[in-house]
Amino acid sequence: MKADIRVALVGNPNTGKSTLFNALTGLNQKIGNFPGVTVDKKTGYCDLPDGRRAEIVDLPGTYSLYPKSKDESIVFSVLADQQIDQQPDLVVVILDASNLKRNLLLYTQVADLKIPIIVALNMMDLATRNGITIDIDAFAKKLGVHVVPISARKLEGIDKLKAAISYANKLALQEDTIDVHAIAPQLIAQIGEEMAVENPYYALQLAHQHEHLTFLSPGESNRIEELEQVHGFHSQKAQATETIARYNFINDLLYDTVQKKETAQEETWSNRIDKVLTHRVFGFVIFFGILLFMFQSIFAWSAYPMDLISTGFVWLQETLHKILPAGPLTNLLADGVVAGLSGVLVFIPQIAILFAFISILEDTGYMARVTFMMDKLMRKVGLSGKSVVPLIGGFACAVPSIMSTRTIESWKDRIITIMVTPLVTCSARLPIYTLLIALVVPNRNIWWIFNLQGLALTGMYLLSLVSAIVVAFVMKLIIKGREKGYFIMELPVYRMPRWNNVFMDMYTRAKTFVLEAGKVIIAVSVILWVLASYGPGKRFERIDQKYSQPQYVKTMKPDSLNRVIATEKLENSYAGILGHVIEPAIRPLGFDWKIGIALITSFAAREVFVGTMATIYSVSGDADNIESVKVKMGNAKNQETGQPVFTLAVAASLMMFYAFAMQCASTMAIVYRETKSWRWPVAQFLYMGVLAYVVSFITYQLLK
Amino acid sequence: MKLSQLKVGNKGIVKEFTDLEMSVKLMEMGCLPGEEVRVERIAPLGDPIAINVAGYQLSLRKREASTIILL
Repeated sequence: MKADIRVALVGNPNTGKSTLFNALTGLNQKIGNFPGVTVDKKTGYCDLPDGRRAEIVDLPGTYSLYPKSKDESIVFSVLADQQIDQQPDLVVVILDASNLKRNLLLYTQVADLKIPIIVALNMMDLATRNGITIDIDAFAKKLGVHVVPISARKLEGIDKLKAAISYANKLALQEDTIDVHAIAPQLIAQIGEEMAVENPYYALQLAHQHEHLTFLSPGESNRIEELEQVHGFHSQKAQATETIARYNFINDLLYDTVQKKETAQEETWSNRIDKVLTHRVFGFVIFFGILLFMFQSIFAWSAYPMDLISTGFVWLQETLHKILPAGPLTNLLADGVVAGLSGVLVFIPQIAILFAFISILEDTGYMARVTFMMDKLMRKVGLSGKSVVPLIGGFACAVPSIMSTRTIESWKDRIITIMVTPLVTCSARLPIYTLLIALVVPNRNIWWIFNLQGLALTGMYLLSLVSAIVVAFVMKLIIKGREKGYFIMELPVYRMPRWNNVFMDMYTRAKTFVLEAGKVIIAVSVILWVLASYGPGKRFERIDQKYSQPQYVKTMKPDSLNRVIATEKLENSYAGILGHVIEPAIRPLGFDWKIGIALITSFAAREVFVGTMATIYSVSGDADNIESVKVKMGNAKNQETGQPVFTLAVAASLMMFYAFAMQCASTMAIVYRETKSWRWPVAQFLYMGVLAYVVSFITYQLLK
Repeated sequence: MKLSQLKVGNKGIVKEFTDLEMSVKLMEMGCLPGEEVRVERIAPLGDPIAINVAGYQLSLRKREASTIILL
């Protein structure tokens, strides 16, 4: 899609930026990366009233252009980078009308960069309720920009904002806010001259941020450093001076344009809720209650749609066998691709519910309270309160969670959070746990409300949190770090979740999961099917010959004969041979060669496990009798003993293996990109592998 | 008096900062000299604290609050 105009959304966190982004772009959005960095770049398209098309870029929320974290550092880079083609033509600064003073700081900084600006004044209703009246015309006149009052939640004023975007001037019209030159006159002049920078504030920002800007060459960066030495420039002092000057400007501005009724401070709703939710006892009880409810719901609400999907796939597999001519290609499609896909797609309902919960927790402002409550505890084990969000996000997927550690200011806190996040039970493990729990744990209620299977799942989730915390504590002692972290964070007022946003979030993330996982699963299923359907040399022919002997044909029923042939063929296939090779190593964990195949195939991505099981048991089962993976695995018998393969000990040991092993290529890739070194992902892979083996071994030996 | 010494419900006015690096961050968040701050609550485990400043709630650790000197 080509866009006629590029618009960047800039604003403080919690100002409704994402809601506005969703309102402008609807389902027409995608998540990518900024060139050269891994920070999420949300872009979408929006049709303007004059028929043009605007590309909307949602930048991370920030309080100022001076970044405190990796995430925030992207904002200035995008606004300032003139070399790569991503500079916006227009910036929409979104301000929370009920908290104008702090919000305007960022406005004044962006305005001084002299990129054309429109102000979207959000949450007018909240401001009115708090007794704040804003003279919008006077406000707009003082700033020199177009000010559009909107209510992003109620979708009010969106059309006016679109119109304003289409009328936007190509030249910046905003008034200067502060005298930038006065902060460092000679330095700004000289940088301006040598770097051919006209805008004084841009020159000043180069002085502050040159070390972190990728678009500057090392030579340019060194030259700026030299100039700073010559002119005795002290970055923090200059920032302090600038901030005070900006607030002076803002106070003058607000004095003339905003009236605040001095009402007796009545206790706000938010405060009353906080008294309960951050209570020293109830606070934690409620938090764990919410987690428990979440996992119970994942099981309870997903049962019906999951049944529907799995029945659908069984039907599809049957139909394919019926309508297509029998042969390897049909087998590949039905027993390889469809069986593999069904194993994972059946978990869409559970994954969607999980994403919805996490989105609601963030949207209501509750996640910030969890951060607040847990900070001290987290600091004891070497994490920060801000690590709680990636850890809980890890319940969905480690990859975005590891990206979200960019809000953690301290390097050590951040590295430890990155190292332990993959331990948290992610959505890819959910199918495996669900399947194995359903196989060995009875579906029964105890004490009326607790479902045994739900409890077992909650147990796995709690175990993952505990193990993450224990490992973090160990790493705190091992990893050296000097700098002190800090924790200065806004606690946003509680709000009702915006169901549109929740739905949008659930939809886009589930879609990404299906597309990304789907690709891998189809590829792996095809390879696996080939490996499981063919063997080296003449082994398959010999099996066929052996079983066409009269002693077999006459004594065995055709059904069981077919099954014996299929099993023996699988055992002699490439996949079977591979499984047998690693069998001695995994035997002490209770795994046979079939599970071994699944372990190998799911090394790159855990979600492949169920698909592999589906493929293996489809290949080895008899083709006329198509059942869901769960039934097939439940019926699986050990050939020597005749006992079921998936006993409690085996299932528990397998779950432990999947709980600890780092079977996720995407996570390793993201850890490499986030830490810029192979050291961390390799260390992570090794420590998790060792943990997985040891814990599985102990579990199996104890339960067997 | 330091901000970290206030009890829940107490108010004070920011006078100055003892740590330059922290002061830049705090000022950006609206904790400016002359601004009124009020301790709203303390986290269940005794740290961090939440203060009301410039019409919103800000949470910070006690160590950070101790760099803010009140009038």
